[in-house]
This record gives sequence, C-alpha cells and structure tokens, in this order.
Amino acid sequence: MRGLLYVLAFFGMIALGAWAYSENYAMRARLAEGQRLRAEIAALNDAIATQRAEWAFLNRPDRLRALVDVNFERLQLMPMEPGQLAPVATLAYPAPAQDGALPGNLDLSQSVDVQAILPADPEGGAP
Amino acid sequence: MTTRTPLRPLARILDAREKGENPDLIERENLRARHEAMKSRAMGRARFRLGILSFAFFAAFTTIGVQMGLTASQTPVEPRQEAGKSTISAQRADITDRNGNVLATNMLTHSLYVQTADLVDPPRVARELAALFPELKEDELLRRFTDGRSFLWVRKVLSPEQMQAVHEIGDPGLLFGPREMRLYPNGTLAAHILGGASFGAEGVSSAELIGVAGIEKAMDTRLRDPALAGEPLALSLDLTLQATMEEVLGAGMVMMNAKGAAGILMNVHTGEILAMASLPDFDPNDRPNPVLPKGAEPADSPLFNRAVQGVYELGSTFKIFAAAQAMELGLVTPETEVNTAALSVGKKRFSEFDNKNYGPVATVSKIIAVSSNIGTGHIALMIGGERQQAFLKDLGLLDPSPVELVEAPGAKPLRPPKWPDVVTVTAAFGHGISSSPLNLAAAYATIANGGIKVTPTLLQRDAPMKGIRVMSPQVAADSVAMLRRVVTEGTATLADVEGYSVAGKTGTADKPKKGGGYYDDKVVNTFAAVFPSDAPQYVLVISMDEPEGTSGGSEVRRTAGWTAVPVAAEIIKRIGPLMGLRPQVEAAPGNEVTAVRND
Repeated sequence: MRGLLYVLAFFGMIALGAWAYSENYAMRARLAEGQRLRAEIAALNDAIATQRAEWAFLNRPDRLRALVDVNFERLQLMPMEPGQLAPVATLAYPAPAQDGALPGNLDLSQSVDVQAILPADPEGGAP
Repeated sequence: MTTRTPLRPLARILDAREKGENPDLIERENLRARHEAMKSRAMGRARFRLGILSFAFFAAFTTIGVQMGLTASQTPVEPRQEAGKSTISAQRADITDRNGNVLATNMLTHSLYVQTADLVDPPRVARELAALFPELKEDELLRRFTDGRSFLWVRKVLSPEQMQAVHEIGDPGLLFGPREMRLYPNGTLAAHILGGASFGAEGVSSAELIGVAGIEKAMDTRLRDPALAGEPLALSLDLTLQATMEEVLGAGMVMMNAKGAAGILMNVHTGEILAMASLPDFDPNDRPNPVLPKGAEPADSPLFNRAVQGVYELGSTFKIFAAAQAMELGLVTPETEVNTAALSVGKKRFSEFDNKNYGPVATVSKIIAVSSNIGTGHIALMIGGERQQAFLKDLGLLDPSPVELVEAPGAKPLRPPKWPDVVTVTAAFGHGISSSPLNLAAAYATIANGGIKVTPTLLQRDAPMKGIRVMSPQVAADSVAMLRRVVTEGTATLADVEGYSVAGKTGTADKPKKGGGYYDDKVVNTFAAVFPSDAPQYVLVISMDEPEGTSGGSEVRRTAGWTAVPVAAEIIKRIGPLMGLRPQVEAAPGNEVTAVRND
C-alpha cells in the first residue's frame, strides 16, 4: 500500500512538471505573438503617417490651382467674388403655378407624379 | 547462498569434549560471528541507502546550480510593452493650420552610411555613387573611403527610388539606417513662419529632428515633448487665406516691379494671425544657404522675414496714432480745426508731400483723410514728446513683437535716442522711427477692437485676449471713422471694395541710405486696412519695398495709393468670401423682404 502511494506520488510529480513546462512555453509563445502584433501596429501607424503626408502633398494649394487652370475648359472654376454672397431676401421666388394648371381633383388611388403637375419653369434649368 | 554455520557444530563439539574444553565457548563464538555478519550486512544496506540519497541531493543541487548559471549568463531581454506608436521612438509633433490641414509632418526615410572595412570595391562604389548623386564627387568619396576611418555618412536622406538604386550597386559596405525627416507638403506656403528643421544628434538607427528657424525653433521644446507627440500643434493660420494672400501679393509684386512685399492678416479681437506672407520666399524643405554674397543687405535674402524682421519707417500710417492720442487726452475732437498753414520747429521747416496746400486750417478728420504733415505735426506738438512716446510704447510699436517666431525678439524697432520737438513731429508722421509691419498690424488692431492692446500670436486662441486699455471705445470708433474717410475721400480710394467697408491709412516713406540721408527714388509703401469699418473684425497690412506703380499713363507713381492700396483691395476682394464675410448693402434692410419677382 505504501509502495503504491510512493509510486503514485512520483508519477504525479512528473505530471506536474510536464504541465509547468508546457505552460511556460505556451506563455512564451503568447508573448512573442504580442510582440509581433505590436511591431505590426507600429508599422501600420507609420504607413498611416505616410498616407497623411501624401494626402497633404496632393492637396496643396499650388497643385489644386494648377489643376483648376489646366482643366479650365471643363470646369470653368473662378475665384469666389464678394457679389456671390447675398442675403436671402434678394433671391427671387419661384414662379407661381398658372391658372388651371393644377387639377381640381387629384386621383389619389394611384401614385401622383408631382413634377409633371407643375408648370414648366420659365427660366429653365436648375436654380 | 552462503551456508549457515550451526551454533554447535558436531565435529568441533565432540573434539572439544574429548580435549576437556568447554563446548559453550564454541557456541558463543559462533553466535558472535553470526552477529557480526548481521551487523556488516546492515551496514552495507545503510551505506547503499546513503549513497542513493546523496546522489539524489547532488542531482537536485546540480540542476539548480546549472539553471542559476544559465540564467545569470543570459543577457536580459525587456518585454517591449510600449512599441505601439512607431518603429522609431523619437517623434516630432505635426504642425497644422487652424482647420487641421497639415503644414509640417514627419516622413520615414533612410540614411546611407558606409562601413569602410566591409567595402569590397571602393573605386567602383565611389564611381557609382557619384553617378547617382550629383552633389557627391567621385575622388572625394574615394579619398574618404580609403583614408583609414571606419564609418562615414554619405547621405542624410534618401528617396525609395534612390535607396533601390544604391541597393543595386550591391556592395556590403553600403548600409541604410532608418530615420524620420521633416516634410512640408505645401512647398513654399508659410515658409518664413514654419522655418525649417534639420538633424541634431544622428545615429544609425534613428536621428533627432531639431527646428532651425521660425516657429519650428521657437516651439522646439513643445514639438519634441514625447507626451504631446501625438497632438498636432494648431496654428492660427488659415491655409486658404495664406495661399490667396501669397498669390495676390506675388502678382502685385511682379506688377509693381517691387523688390519685396509683406502682408499680414490679423483678427482684431483675438490677435490671431490668419495669414502672414513675406516675399520673396523659399522652400523650407530645401532651405537655401543663409550666407549672403559680399555687399548684400540682409533684406536681400529670401530667408529674411519682411513682415516680422523687416524694420522700416512706416510713414503716414502713424498719423492716426497722434490723432487718436489727442482725442483720448481730450485735446481735440474729430471736428476740431487745426493749423495746416505752416509748421516750423526751431530752424526746421516742415512741408506737405508734393508741396500741397490744404488751407489755413482743417478738421482733424480731414487732416487724416488727406494725410497732412503740418496738421499732424501741430497735433503732436499739442500732445508733447513724453506722452507721445508712452502712447507708442503702449501700442507696442517700440518693442519687438512677442509673436512665436525665433526671429521676432531680434527685430527691435529703431527709435531716436533723444526725443526733442523735432522728433515729436517726425515721429507723428512716421519718419525717424522704424517699426515692423507686424507691430503696425497689432497697433491698428488695438484701434479697431475698441482700444484693448492686442498681442499678436501664431497659435490658435479661441477667446479674445486680455490686454490693457489704451484708448476709450469712443476714441477708437472715431479713429476708425476717420480711417474710413481716408478710403472714401482721401488717399486710398482704390481700396473701396464694394460691400466690405474698408477703412485704412496709406504710408509712403523714403528708404534711408546707409551713410545717412534718404534715397530720392526708392520708397517703402504701406497700407494698413481695417474692415468692415462699422464693426471691425480684421486688420490687413500690406507693405511693398521699392514698388513702381503706374496710373495708366507712362508716369511712374510711387505713393502707396497706387501700389500697396490696389494690391490690398484685391486681397480683400478675394479673401472676404473665403472668410465668409457677407458684403453689406448700403442700407441694411433687416428682416424685410426687399425684392420679389412676380412673373
């Protein structure tokens, strides 16, 4: 009986040793993984900083001005003028509907195309 | 198995009985021998057990000892907890404008260095490097490779293409070291404000960035602070306004054939500088050599900041300070009539510009509007030299500007050592006393914001700054009204931009010669504007060095009304909408409907 207990204790100790060994190496693997991830984060942060610098370089006022000049036929962009800012009271009201243009009784069983009901804008085009 | 000896062996007993000996002795002897054998067996067993035990102890201690030895002999590796930010730990903070647009940032690059011991073929390497990089000389490189040193820097920064080309040379002695460099993506924009950066302590795996000029050097400690490395330094500049001002000022400089120009746009309530330009300028990515050729003035270099470092006689723009002080002291009102016939102090006689005559008397308001020297001189004599000096000092015109640039403290305004009446008169119309355009802008901002002294700043400031009260709000409002009259009826009518009621003052000053005296045909023209004049928000100061404007004919005009004023008008017209300033219709209707179309 005593001999059996000795043997069991001995093998139990071997088993605990094996468990400690495996935990140790699992821990080291995790730490190495953590270090690898931190290095990857740092590299990605550097890439983000490079992209920000690239964006700022492509967005610089000289380049935008040159692009506006090169594409003038297509875009026709001009510098803003003070006269382009005005109080709302100076804007024209849209022209009211002509008499009889709106139907007296709308058929609401179907969907109604509201654009087709309005009279044509005498100035034409978007506001 | 050993045979067991009986205690009373028959043969010996019989033998002993025949001889007459006691047979019990034989029994005791055998018993003793048997006990001895048992003892020696027990001792052997005990010795064996002791051996096992000592071996076990020895094994255990050896294991522990070996582990301790191994642990002691390894070099410790620290767990890197803090490596999330960047591969290179030292990082300089970015600089952005008030809206977050990047003005200065860091970029990862590599440096090129040589370990001469590892070079396989130094002549070939020298030849190929000289072919790749034009500023390197082949014989110089070869000499440095072979003169006995073990390490040398070849290039501080490399582009990725250059790095690949050097890599393809294929020599093991050519090595790359990572580092960060400072990049200014907007090129020459705000060059004097940003200044530039270069490398301090350089190592193989990293290099330290230090500021060299401008705000990079003035705020170097904050930019290098590791706790604030992630937080960009927000300047008060607006990138759009700065670009517009530089563009229009550059065009104006070319049109007026000027040697240089400076412009400052400032918010009058907070003292923030929204745009500050000095032309000619440079690219801070590639700062030119500051060494000047023989005989050149410091102002000839593009590195010279004409807005902050340039100290000029600003001319008639100072007249408003005399008028404002006289009103503040209660000596005059805008309608008080002052002698404009003649002025002489001792032997010196003063006259008007172009020998004009404004009549025997004129109101203070008219004196400022037409820029009369004689009238202003009389006002200044009323004030007296000491009070005038104190007032100019309160406005900040006699001290270097406190703005956050490393060149600012060195730009001391020049003033005469003594202040007799002659100096009182000349200082009133801005001659004999020199100041920088930035000081002038701060002084005009003080008038524009109702009389609180303005401290200019390049850093973003949200709240209006606190300052001493230099003049009462009524005096300030009257002064702005006088300045408005200059634009509507006086010397600066070209600045009357529709919708932004611009108020301002022109100043034309002859440039002083080195040996004393003034040039006949070289002037510095300044225009200091405040807008919108009913509730001033911004100050714009434009200064042009040796401009030659034309009035449409062949005659060259060198007064500010023909040079600095049209440039300022164009700048206000362009930046007004960009700042969201609504042009005001003359009769502001309030909330009523003013126009309705009924087709």
